[in-house]
Amino acid sequence: MSEPIIKFDKVVKRFGSVTVLNELDFSVSPGEKVTIIGPSGSGKSTVLRILMTLESINDGVVWVDGEPLWHEERGGKLQAASEKHMHRMREKLGMVFQQFNLFPHMTVRRNLTEAPIRVLKLSKKEARERADRLLEMVGLQDQADKYPHQLSGGQQQRVGIARACAMRPRIMLFDEPTSALDPELVGEVLNVIRNLAEEHDLTMLLVTHEMQFARQISDRVCFFDRGRICEEGPPSELFSEPKEARTKEFLRAVVDPDSAKGEKQASAEG
Amino acid sequence: MLFGIHWDTSSDLAFAASILPILLRGMVITIEATVLGFFIALVLGLVLAVLKAAPTRIVSWPALVVTEFVRDTPLLVQLFFLYYVLPEYGIVLPAFLTGALALGVQYSAYTSEVYRAGLEAVNRGQHEAARALNLTTTRTFTHIVLPQAVPRVIPALGNYLVSIMKDVPVLSVVTVLEMLNVAKIIGDRTFNYMIPLSMVGGLYLILTILASAGVRYLDLKLPKIGIPLK
Repeated sequence: MSEPIIKFDKVVKRFGSVTVLNELDFSVSPGEKVTIIGPSGSGKSTVLRILMTLESINDGVVWVDGEPLWHEERGGKLQAASEKHMHRMREKLGMVFQQFNLFPHMTVRRNLTEAPIRVLKLSKKEARERADRLLEMVGLQDQADKYPHQLSGGQQQRVGIARACAMRPRIMLFDEPTSALDPELVGEVLNVIRNLAEEHDLTMLLVTHEMQFARQISDRVCFFDRGRICEEGPPSELFSEPKEARTKEFLRAVVDPDSAKGEKQASAEG
Repeated sequence: MLFGIHWDTSSDLAFAASILPILLRGMVITIEATVLGFFIALVLGLVLAVLKAAPTRIVSWPALVVTEFVRDTPLLVQLFFLYYVLPEYGIVLPAFLTGALALGVQYSAYTSEVYRAGLEAVNRGQHEAARALNLTTTRTFTHIVLPQAVPRVIPALGNYLVSIMKDVPVLSVVTVLEMLNVAKIIGDRTFNYMIPLSMVGGLYLILTILASAGVRYLDLKLPKIGIPLK
């Protein structure tokens, strides 16, 4: 067994008096594709945001690639990490946002080259070549000189994915990448993610409501509820034969919202 | 006679025509004071806005206090202070520079608030994306946040340009020969205040209309989403 590339060790996250993550234990192996599902407010996006260092933790330790993310070892003790340490750790991670968060004042190509040039110190030529290759990968090679607002939502999100890939992270975090899209644009984004998932080295963590898609690409599905993993397993098991009552209830509500509260139908199915 | 130009008092029209070049000399000073004052207000305002946004109170508090102090005291008091008190400590500035500095400092308090609103209006997701891409805080500010904030605040900053222009006559009390001061000197010497002062009013109207039109033009021309950086 290989060492986990991501490991949450009794992680606690509170927003004011609300406990979002309640002593969460969670780990991901290198190259694993994990989907996190669960009701809103269950802490699933928070897991990704903590990994991307957008949200700090109140207690516990997060390990990424064998090193603590939010801590540094000083004098044999774990202490709050410096910005320098987190800067180094962030190189391992990339994130795709629900709202795309492209830089609106930059062209598509500039969106893809800014960080590689400034952070990875690539030459302009190298960064440009890398950007063009990635745009081809997401099928947007003709759009390089446009501004984000000239693209459709689906195209913008594909740029978002390409931008994250341009940093060559080992771990990709997808935070509800299709939730802000019109239904007819979801497919093109999922196809790009599906292609990425076929890369065996890349570790993927995906928060989504696209259950069908989760079933296709994940090695493992985690159902989050009230800041903890309520149930996890291969998609074939979790979707077909959920064990926990909460999981069943959630899946029923997501798959067929009309029957969410229909006891009759539920018992008929069971 | 002023600036070596004589005036002709034979008729009202001839008088007006003869003092126009003198008033225009004053207008140049008015414009110079406006531009310099506005420039100081733009730069100092941005510095104050950044300091006020600092996460540590040791940095943000002094900036807040300075802003509040400057905003709540009259321009004339600040001007007198700079002009009469600073020389006692060996800092002697020409009247024009003192005046432009006073205008700039006074208005930096206002522009800093405009900048602050503009910076806060930039979506949080932009900061997050920049962080996810590992850009430094400085780079994020100068190349992601600021280019998006500036176009949004241009109309509000432009209004302050017009306000500064209208405050320049205050500098006449420290002997700056701007337009109003020139007109007053002409009035003192010819006992005709009516014509030079009316002309100053007219010239001011033209200046402010032009400045406002310029600001509006800029606002329409700049893309709303941000200034593309080449």
